[in-house]
Amino acid sequence: MERSLSHIALFAALIAVLGFVPQITLATGVPITAQSLGIMLCGTVLGAKRGALAVLLFLLLVAIGLPLLSGGRGGLGVFASPTVGFLIGFPIAAFVAGLIVERSRAPIGLAAGLGAFLGGVITLYAFGIPGMALMLGKTLPEAALLITPYLPGDLIKVALTGLITHSLARMRPDFLPSRH
Amino acid sequence: MLALTSPVQTPFHRLPAGGKLAALAVFTVLLFWLDSPTSLALALATIAALHLPGGWPFAAHALRLLRPLWPFALVLTLWHLWTQDLRGGAVILLRLTTAVAAANLVTMTTRLSDMITVIERLAAPLARLGLPPRTLALAIALTIRFLPVLSDRLTRIAEAWRARSPRRPGWRILTPATLATLDDADQVAEALRARGGAG
Repeated sequence: MERSLSHIALFAALIAVLGFVPQITLATGVPITAQSLGIMLCGTVLGAKRGALAVLLFLLLVAIGLPLLSGGRGGLGVFASPTVGFLIGFPIAAFVAGLIVERSRAPIGLAAGLGAFLGGVITLYAFGIPGMALMLGKTLPEAALLITPYLPGDLIKVALTGLITHSLARMRPDFLPSRH
Repeated sequence: MLALTSPVQTPFHRLPAGGKLAALAVFTVLLFWLDSPTSLALALATIAALHLPGGWPFAAHALRLLRPLWPFALVLTLWHLWTQDLRGGAVILLRLTTAVAAANLVTMTTRLSDMITVIERLAAPLARLGLPPRTLALAIALTIRFLPVLSDRLTRIAEAWRARSPRRPGWRILTPATLATLDDADQVAEALRARGGAG
């Protein structure tokens, strides 16, 4: 109980802190932040349930008025902005990523990369694109077109999630909560 | 860590947080029901007028909170100039700005502690699902407490990297940062257990 609680709370803080890391600008001119990497790591490291709860806790803190989203955004306004679909998709993305790592028998790094891709890209976009289409009054293909510049950055984060989860599993073999 | 609550006191700061949240919900639903530029412009003017009691510093804070919307405003403007559907573009842009501004107004005029009280009250039924409000409040407090701790840890890991390498730290500091978070979480769990547990 205490262990689950402290893991959930500290990983919620980790997602926030990764949003403070300065943005890197890709060759395409699109800034990428480590925050969505934090979402993926919550799933692959903590597992489906605790990973999703950590992300929900993070979103709760954003909603009650802490400027924890990357770029110092926060408050209730972000839930009325065009990116609301991505916010709704965040906990589900972490859940899917965690589920893949828990269920897959592949080596941990590979499983984490696959989980990060299915959760942090496929699942997340499945919520983010309709949200943006709704808020901006566009069709789904039009909204999908608007977010394609972010795809390369997200694929880099998928690979990093695999690498980082792999290193963590090697350093703490019987410790990673997602593989318990 | 500063919350987004405005230090400028307005009459809205004294209203109950639950009432403000309910009013915001009703207002947002109404916005999505309106579909003429005139009515939406009126709605935006109403929200703007509600900022007046706070004076200029309050309004400037509100405008800063709207800044993340500019890329969307730019895309919408170009898009609707291209498709020559200016009325449709105006409706979407006005609705978006008004909805975000209204939500920000509630955030700016509600203290963090009042928000947490509302959350605890709303989460009370979750006790039956195994999440007592006290545990939720503890989780919120733990996360807020560890924001500066983890931020400081990340800075120190980056400095240690710079001391050893001429290259920028980049993503390589993320593994030690995550590892430190896992280890911290275990120590916090021990400490909680030693103090009688979280239940």
